[in-house]
Amino acid sequence: MEPIVLTYQVDGEDFSAAGEASSSVKKTLKQLGFSPDVIRRVAIAMYEGEINMVIHADGGEARVEITQSTICIILADKGPGIKDINLAMQEGYSTAPEEVRNLGFGAGMGLPNIKKYSDELKIDTELGVGTTLTILINT
Amino acid sequence: MMNVHELAKACGFTYFSGANAEARPVCGAYCCDLLSWVIGRAGDEDALVTVMSNTNVMAVAVMADLPCVILSEGVKPDERALEKAIENDIIVLSSPDPTYATAVKIYEVLKSV
Repeated sequence: MEPIVLTYQVDGEDFSAAGEASSSVKKTLKQLGFSPDVIRRVAIAMYEGEINMVIHADGGEARVEITQSTICIILADKGPGIKDINLAMQEGYSTAPEEVRNLGFGAGMGLPNIKKYSDELKIDTELGVGTTLTILINT
Repeated sequence: MMNVHELAKACGFTYFSGANAEARPVCGAYCCDLLSWVIGRAGDEDALVTVMSNTNVMAVAVMADLPCVILSEGVKPDERALEKAIENDIIVLSSPDPTYATAVKIYEVLKSV
């Protein structure tokens, strides 16, 4: 199977609309016949990444490369970058603002959840430049 | 094994949406209002019991593939949340009781099967 590539602009303005890209990927994977477990892992990992881009980076770009054996999600933003990756990977550590917490997010679970549901997670980040997450899920 | 509609009927929950949606199996419940916890920890056969009623709850229900959302304390979904629930065929139920009492009721019903 030729790799299928999907690209999205993630809007940073509208927090309540966050998840549109993940939702679209979920539908595509379903149509392609991937197993419910794989679809669920991709949807959760990508949604958490999407939410992070909305909270911290005013949106960004999402690229999803689908082959029979792997699904690779690349989330690139031009946000502030992550100061301390070890801290950010700890459950419960969060720098999200109060209004985001009031909506039920910002509990410091985003990156740990992505790691939990993916097979590989690579974080490239530079302060003041941005962050790119590369999330790999084996099918 | 019980499905969502059987559970709703047995517990006396009413429907905000999804009365005709697919009857997915339910094996338990996950009770939490922090959505990042829900998405990381709830299983795909867990009913979500929460007082959080915004549109993000519906997005989480879709992404984590949850069989239903049960709003406790008689909480009503806001307009956008309800639209999203209908659009995505999510079963959203209402319980007049607090989260703990709602969960106990679910437990008793599931145990009796």
